[in-house]
Amino acid sequence: MNIVRNHILISIDAGTIMAGARGVEDALVKELIKYGLDKEVSVLETGSLGITGRGVVLVVYPEGIYYANVTVKDVPELVEEHLLKGRPLKRLILTEAPKRTVITKEKTGLLKEQPRIVLRNCGFINPENIDEYIAAGGYEAIAKALHNMTPEDVVDEVKASGLMGRGGAGFPTGLKWEFAIKTPGDEKFVICNADEGEPGTFKDRLILEGDPHKLIEGMLIAGYAIKANTGYVYIRGEYGLSIERIEKAIADARAYGLLGKNILDSNFSFDIFVKKGAGAYVCGEETALIESLEGKRGHPRNKPPFPINAGLWGKPTLVNNVETLANIPEIIRNGSNWYRGYGTDKCPGTKVYTILGHVQTPGLIEAEMGTTLKEIIFEYGGGIKDGKAFKGALIGGAAGAFIGPEMLDVKMDFVNLREYAAALGSGAILVMNEDTDMVDMLKSVLHFFKHESCGHCVPCRLGTAKLVDIIDNIALSKGKKEDIDSLLEITSAMKAASFCPLGQSVSLPVSSALKYFRDEFMARVS
Amino acid sequence: MYREEIFKKYEPSLDNILYILHDLQDNNPQHYISKEDIEACANFLNVPYSYVHGVVTFYSMFSLEPRGRYIIRLCESPPCHLMGSESLLEYLKKKLKVDIGETTPDGIFTLELTSCLGVCGVGPAMMINDEMVGNLTPEKIDAILEERRNIS
Repeated sequence: MNIVRNHILISIDAGTIMAGARGVEDALVKELIKYGLDKEVSVLETGSLGITGRGVVLVVYPEGIYYANVTVKDVPELVEEHLLKGRPLKRLILTEAPKRTVITKEKTGLLKEQPRIVLRNCGFINPENIDEYIAAGGYEAIAKALHNMTPEDVVDEVKASGLMGRGGAGFPTGLKWEFAIKTPGDEKFVICNADEGEPGTFKDRLILEGDPHKLIEGMLIAGYAIKANTGYVYIRGEYGLSIERIEKAIADARAYGLLGKNILDSNFSFDIFVKKGAGAYVCGEETALIESLEGKRGHPRNKPPFPINAGLWGKPTLVNNVETLANIPEIIRNGSNWYRGYGTDKCPGTKVYTILGHVQTPGLIEAEMGTTLKEIIFEYGGGIKDGKAFKGALIGGAAGAFIGPEMLDVKMDFVNLREYAAALGSGAILVMNEDTDMVDMLKSVLHFFKHESCGHCVPCRLGTAKLVDIIDNIALSKGKKEDIDSLLEITSAMKAASFCPLGQSVSLPVSSALKYFRDEFMARVS
Repeated sequence: MYREEIFKKYEPSLDNILYILHDLQDNNPQHYISKEDIEACANFLNVPYSYVHGVVTFYSMFSLEPRGRYIIRLCESPPCHLMGSESLLEYLKKKLKVDIGETTPDGIFTLELTSCLGVCGVGPAMMINDEMVGNLTPEKIDAILEERRNIS
């Protein structure tokens, strides 16, 4: 029997592909053949290793050594030194590799250990191989649900876990499922909201690219629980690789009989279809998403009725975010008590964050709910780049809140942040150093909203345009003191009168920027 | 005719409209949706012309105007903005001698802005047709433009 002594896992995601990961992979394979090592060393594709901005990233097992910024030119040296002679190539080793609990043989790594629930398999299995997902315990949860639990049991378990929707609003998932199961109807739908458009957020993309079967399993369990037979994944049109990977995963699951009729010899039948968006931030709002899925302009609908009562084609529809659904298989497999062992009482589990901007190691991390911002930025993110000081952060994307240094010690979870008039939102953390111009940052946020306002309702359409006029003036130091009050007045009117959360949410970045950095705005006006 | 080929792939059901429009646009060498495309799509789905037109104009990935062979979509969202995308926009405008939404006279490049592309770890970033490019600098932009120009 052929024994493989080394495994090289190369991250193939949108970020590494643009750095030339496919070329490096080809070169590795060729170089290994040249030395006759191709039977002993295998090269495997995996999703994101959680490291971004460091070019092509790969990890060599069993040593668990991470290499970053690998180019085709480095390959001969890497193969000769590490894989032929057994001497790790020091110049390319990534010293701040993320620690993770699922891999025990970790030798490098200075950063904090990450409890991984959602990202358990990301960067560890080949996302295009269903067998690897199954070998990692995949599809055990749906088997358990189908054979040992009633749909009501599943809903109760999710309720008991305390899982809150990870799309941004933090609505209790179990409660949503309970509404869905109680709504009468012979046809119901499960929609996975993968229209990830919140600036600074790409956690869903990395789940779709890194572990698509987990999402399928989550949707299967949701379908079984609420008695639906059809699911849709609505993905934004820009996410080419995500679409490719989820489509392949669905086809493989169908071939294995994990999607289709009488799944695992039960009476439950379920299938999933992918729908691709075409560039509209507002379609992340669930009713706008449904309109778009039906083939219309993506305008939000009046609520009530909520999708759970009358959603897709007027039928009861459950809409959940990618990260939410990716939590489900682990909750069902390990039970709600296990899940509650992570995070805080009011907000159990973990959260996937994207850390960006002026930090040492931008990237994707999973941390327990209740982790402080200080820990996230300074321990997981490696602190501020170039030895500069921390000035502030924008949390939760454009629809999120600016915060100042005084907020660093606040525990991050959905419930706690609300008390500070901030929001966890999508989990994007954009870190800004001392040189950042906050007026300019708010300007960028407001331009974003103006561009993405769908034009359906007046407060948002006119409000965003007016806000941009005002902030552009302030940025040019042509504004007046009253302009700052106008910003607040307009956004509070928009919060009260806008039709959907897009217009309502503009008030958060504006009021928080003015709360923490008012002096900077005052210095620009006369 | 390529339109027939596209329509063959789908059921004439309204929820396929975005896929059909994507395909029509991708198969047009000028990367846009023409009046003829809208007409054919409306006939296929049995909806009025104005309905299809309305859908096309709602989504930012679709264009009613002919575009260049390469569509540059620079991200202007806050994370890329923080990393300096605004100065790159000025650079691109000057370099290509076009404004936002315009195409170079030789028909090679169209300059557009986009919201977050979800590759914020390597901002500032842009898409050039289907390809993402990150960690942009003026030098890197020069190299990319040069390379594309030589292919065409």
